[in-house]
Amino acid sequence: MTAEDGIRSLVARRAAGEISAAEIAAHYLERIERHDGDLNTLISVCAERARAQAEAVDAGTAADGPLAGLPLIHKDIFCTEGVNTSCGSRMLDNFIAPYDATAVARLAAAGAVTLGKANMDEFAMGSSNETSYYGPVRNPWNRDYVPGGSSGGSAAAVAAGLAPAATGTDTGGSIRQPAALCGVTGIKPTYGRVSRYGMIAFASSLDQGGCFARSAEDCAHVLGAMAGFDARDSTCVERDVPDYAAALDGDIRGLRIGLPKQYFADGLEAGSRAAIDRAIAELEGLGAELVEIDLPHTDLAVSTYYVIAPAEASSNLARYDGVRYGHRCADPVDLDDLYSRSRAEGFGREVQRRIMIGAYVLSAGYYDAYYVKAQQTRRLIADDFTRAFADVDLIAGPVTQAPAFRLGEKLDDPVSMYLNDVYTLPASLAGLPGMSVPAGFVEGLPVGLQLLAPWFEEGRLLNAAHAFQQATDWHTRRPPGYESQETP
Amino acid sequence: MSLTDDQVRNVARLARLGLDDARVAEHAGELSNIIDVFESLAQVDTDGVEPMAHPLDLTARLRPDEAVPVTTRDAFQAIAPAVADGVYLVPKVIE
Repeated sequence: MTAEDGIRSLVARRAAGEISAAEIAAHYLERIERHDGDLNTLISVCAERARAQAEAVDAGTAADGPLAGLPLIHKDIFCTEGVNTSCGSRMLDNFIAPYDATAVARLAAAGAVTLGKANMDEFAMGSSNETSYYGPVRNPWNRDYVPGGSSGGSAAAVAAGLAPAATGTDTGGSIRQPAALCGVTGIKPTYGRVSRYGMIAFASSLDQGGCFARSAEDCAHVLGAMAGFDARDSTCVERDVPDYAAALDGDIRGLRIGLPKQYFADGLEAGSRAAIDRAIAELEGLGAELVEIDLPHTDLAVSTYYVIAPAEASSNLARYDGVRYGHRCADPVDLDDLYSRSRAEGFGREVQRRIMIGAYVLSAGYYDAYYVKAQQTRRLIADDFTRAFADVDLIAGPVTQAPAFRLGEKLDDPVSMYLNDVYTLPASLAGLPGMSVPAGFVEGLPVGLQLLAPWFEEGRLLNAAHAFQQATDWHTRRPPGYESQETP
Repeated sequence: MSLTDDQVRNVARLARLGLDDARVAEHAGELSNIIDVFESLAQVDTDGVEPMAHPLDLTARLRPDEAVPVTTRDAFQAIAPAVADGVYLVPKVIE
């Protein structure tokens, strides 16, 4: 990709009158119409809303922000006023959000146009996008393969060129993993950087909004508009948002990059390993200094996460009671029947599984052995990073052990699905910012390079990814069948 | 460790999840496999380690104690399954 194809150029062309926001929106709506039947990346297409927003931008009646006229897809976990917000669940199949999430409102205020709502694993619980009530998303690089999850619809839509960028959320890897499997750039900022208001809760101490785009530079533009303090999210951090895009200089000379030896141990598939090794050598060639580091508690991340996240989920999802919104069973005989039948009908199998795990680890007699213990091991994992970042500026490694797997391959084996997340969970537990950057292919399927930075160093992360993308062209590759007439 | 059918029924009751009786044993097997993964935690020495509830160890922010009018009731009730006269309706709780 050249800079001419990016978000900055698209916004500048519109501002210069070379193309209208309505024409840009129509271009992407047409691509959605043509391709989404095969991919199932969207749960809702907001054609009317998109046209109205675009016309308002063209008429000068909408905010003339830094993203004026830029079409976006929002993960269906973000509330969008007047539009169905399903979170991939039958429970919210009838839920028309009564307000916009802060992230959605901020992007709209920057002038972005909403094309639709992206498919996702139900309540963001999954690593393959197969738990959605609306059916699996297919990977544009090979439609027999998963796109990753839980933000698989967002990642696949950007990979197929159905939108220049999309929002996502990452609780244990749900932005980085699908970005890797679909060959797009994705960033999960520091916990607290993007408001969680109106972002349907899964695990509140982990959930963080972020975005997908074609390049680190494009991610910088979108994240810059999404991020920032919001009084309506008590965990949103009061801290200025730097101009990420303006700060990209592509210079990483002297940057110390740590390579965690645990991320290169047994389990990393050989082709992926080779791609990651080449990417790291590229960073070294750009002037970075490589340092082996030790994150000794990495192997505790899966157990720690799969105690804490379901525990928080079982509490958060208690709100779905069939009373105030969402699915309600027919003819409940009493209040208990209303609750238990509405929830049994509304939640899919993986969500029920996680609610039960959460209820179990929080129940009397097990709370200390599992939940408190996991909170302690969570600190050990976070402390590993604090020690490592005393010596290095960034950490690099793989996002996943292998490229995308086949649809259905792991669906009946939850434990094997959970073990997939081994390289993304530690940074989530620590609340660190992370990215996935396209770094090659194994048998036609993309491989992602993971970059992690200290808390609130998204700028450093984006600049390293930008430097890598100035020197490589992996992020410019397009899945066969989706290349033509890609940009408006 | 493995969960008994009764433990699965109890957890489902705590979570208010209606459970198909024919599938209790299947759930017990699945949940047991997952709980088994957690056993690695028991081997870790965490003496003196402060539990971490939040990634940034922040304290809750306070806001001025000022009343703010909320005008969203009608919009919120418009999407409720059953309402009347501004209240949510549920099956009769007290006979």
